[in-house]
Amino acid sequence: MAKGKVVVNQDECKGCGLCVESCPQKGMALREELNHYGVHPAQQVEDVCTGCGICYYVCPEPGAIVVYKVVAEAPRSEVLNAATV
Amino acid sequence: MSEYKVTQSKAPVFFEYFDRKDENRHQTHYCPGCGHGVAHKLIAEALGDLGVQEDTIVVSPVGCSVFAYYYFNTGNVQAAHGRAPAVATALKRSNPKATVISYQGDGDLAAIGTAEIVHAANRGENITVFFVNNSIYGMTGGQMAPTTLVGQESTTSPWGRRPNNEGFPIKMSEMLATLEAPAYIERVALSDAKHILQARKAVHKALELQKQGAGFTMVEILSPCPTILKMEPVVARQWVHDVLTKHFPLGVFRDHKPEFTPVDVPQKPIAELLGITGSKLTEEEKHSRRQHTRAKTIKVAGFGGQGVLLLGQLIAEMGMREHMEVSWLPSYGPEMRSGSANCSVTLSHERIGAPVITRPEVLVAMNEPSLRKFGATVKTGGVILYNGRALPEDLHYEGVSVACIPASEIADQIGSARVANVIMLGALLEATDCLPFTTASHVLANFVKNQKLAEMNEKALAAGRDFLDKEILVGAVAGPDGCGE
Repeated sequence: MAKGKVVVNQDECKGCGLCVESCPQKGMALREELNHYGVHPAQQVEDVCTGCGICYYVCPEPGAIVVYKVVAEAPRSEVLNAATV
Repeated sequence: MSEYKVTQSKAPVFFEYFDRKDENRHQTHYCPGCGHGVAHKLIAEALGDLGVQEDTIVVSPVGCSVFAYYYFNTGNVQAAHGRAPAVATALKRSNPKATVISYQGDGDLAAIGTAEIVHAANRGENITVFFVNNSIYGMTGGQMAPTTLVGQESTTSPWGRRPNNEGFPIKMSEMLATLEAPAYIERVALSDAKHILQARKAVHKALELQKQGAGFTMVEILSPCPTILKMEPVVARQWVHDVLTKHFPLGVFRDHKPEFTPVDVPQKPIAELLGITGSKLTEEEKHSRRQHTRAKTIKVAGFGGQGVLLLGQLIAEMGMREHMEVSWLPSYGPEMRSGSANCSVTLSHERIGAPVITRPEVLVAMNEPSLRKFGATVKTGGVILYNGRALPEDLHYEGVSVACIPASEIADQIGSARVANVIMLGALLEATDCLPFTTASHVLANFVKNQKLAEMNEKALAAGRDFLDKEILVGAVAGPDGCGE
């Protein structure tokens, strides 16, 4: 069981691919199938997620990405520190 | 047994659904990979973290982000192109406890809105500006912006921006940082995860500083526009990193608490400043006052220099002293002397909606052109007071009382052409009973410091009244030619 997981709203995603490019673990990919709006939405494809939250911040859609993490306190500051060091 | 918990999801500051259109209520209108969405998310998150969502007003601009009000579940105002900092100024000054955000693009802020941003910054308004700079006009289809780079192609610089023809890109952050007042100015970029998280800190800091009352704060956000730049989102973001940040260096340009020495000014109601005391009237007192005042809409017109605007102001002040609702709306050309001037004055016992008067009940025409221009607009049953011995032969007014008062001649006899307007005032009060003479005398006496002029004003007021009283009777004598026998 990986430390984190990412759920992408398949209708809200516009398939820009920024999360795929940004994922440090290379765990995201655009799907081959088109969604209802005619784009290839992103999804998590590898069980390597650390729950770092980078995909959430690089995603331009307010609610397209939800990040889960195995119980952790104050996850936001952790992300920030990890990513800016 | 461990379990997953949500650590990042849609910020509660966003609406649950975006009601811009029936379709796609769950996603923004921005293009795939657009920087606006990320900027919105950072702002929404900061507002939530600071706990100010309920007290926040977002001013959205003209540009792609014009629809910001469909996304932020806060107070929202959409400003005219470039005017967001001016609107934000008004919102902040009238709601000092609110968190006021001006969200603008580079066309809005650095082109048509250059004046507004410079002066809002220079006044140190306690607002936060988020300046999204993508170096191009997005919504209108890729025209050159003030921030377009040298050599960068756009639909209006198809050979690339040439400094000899279009000038250099404007660096707004650096420019505004030369001013004394701004508290915090930083430029960030949405070029990769690391920089987005730096932007997140800057956005949070700017809003926190506003909450502390630090003064003007601005975060310039370099942002990708994949559609107009004709790049894949990932490439556009890389371009921001490789190219845009080279020309617009990232960093903090201002971070200090500006030193203001507050100057105490009396914070009093206008009535008190003008020495109008006892403004709280009982219903009985109000009723009694209404006995000797009349609601009127008055247009005063003439040449600039005839005291046209001043006469309107004086009437309005007299109304205030009689506890009436008043409005005074000047309209005049750029000339200070000899151009045409007019003003509209409303005296009312009710609150006044619009100060514009298109059909006055009373017209004071200080000269013939004014009479010709406004005479026909006077309401049936109204009064025209004309500065002259008689109406021009070709003018006739039906259903209107007309009095011709040679005010300029009488004024010369009194000793100064300047008091002609006061003579007309005397005639106006006598003809309409809208205000008591004692109030007029009182206001005139307060207005004029020069004793000699004060005496002439008294004479003029009486002369106007007497002329109307003795020589003609308004209304009763208004024949087809208007003037009494």
